Amino acid sequence: MAILVQFVIGLIFGLGLIVSGMSDPAKVLNFLDVGGIPAGTWDASLAFVMAGAVAVTFIGFKRVLRRARPFFAERFFLPTRSDIDLRIVAGPAIFGIGWGLAGFCPGPALTALGFGSSSAFIFVAAMCAGMVLARFVTHLPSLTRVVAPADPLET
Amino acid sequence: MIATSFTPMASLVGGALIGLSAVLLMWAKGRVAGVSGIAARLFPPYEDGEFAGRLAFVAGLVAAPVLVRLTTGSLPPQTIEAGTAILIVGGLLTGFGSVWGSGCTSGHGVCGLSRLSTRSLVATVTFMAAGMATVFVMRHWS
Repeated sequence: MAILVQFVIGLIFGLGLIVSGMSDPAKVLNFLDVGGIPAGTWDASLAFVMAGAVAVTFIGFKRVLRRARPFFAERFFLPTRSDIDLRIVAGPAIFGIGWGLAGFCPGPALTALGFGSSSAFIFVAAMCAGMVLARFVTHLPSLTRVVAPADPLET
Repeated sequence: MIATSFTPMASLVGGALIGLSAVLLMWAKGRVAGVSGIAARLFPPYEDGEFAGRLAFVAGLVAAPVLVRLTTGSLPPQTIEAGTAILIVGGLLTGFGSVWGSGCTSGHGVCGLSRLSTRSLVATVTFMAAGMATVFVMRHWS
């Protein structure tokens, strides 16, 4: 039952990406293109996606987290870290470059698989390789001493 | 570049659906709806017994356009301008950076900001700035 519910939750997420226009890399790149503001080609739509998503999540999380426990789990798994280390800046900087190159972030890239485009498959294959590499690097014992260990609950 | 039209209402509604999904996942499993974290944990090492649930979530993401096509008969535009080399480099950087930085647009940008997390605010500002800088270089420096 919990598995089916998670499928439906993923489905709603994917529908949100499609309805909002985030599943179209051209729209994403036109939002990131602040250099296009003078020419009038800047597409501000994605700011509205963020606004809608954060508004609902902000209110919804407050209500849900008042409950004693989740419906299908023993407890809530919430990130607890608040320190600003190298990784919380360098990681997003690397991710942002990749995002700006192709116009895909992880969610829309996975949803793009369902559009049946071969470009999406190439991107997702490379993305998965990058993800595996990042987890391998964070699990290296020599690095975990230098870099703060990954918070397994974050993301 | 391909011109796209400004769609504030559709984007707001779509964003609200993404938010609804994040709230439902917190309600059901008590977990943050971060796509990079969910996707990365489909690969070893496996740290908990949540593989099937994560796979179901990703399957839902992939099934969304299939459902849209079955019910409406068509799909909204999806224009991928990047060539193979850019797709591979972009994919590698997106996958590595989002996991190494503990989250992507959904985990930091939606869930983290909604929880007023300082780390997520730093991450979101950084990937937005890096994305904008990259597009600026790609489009206006050549």
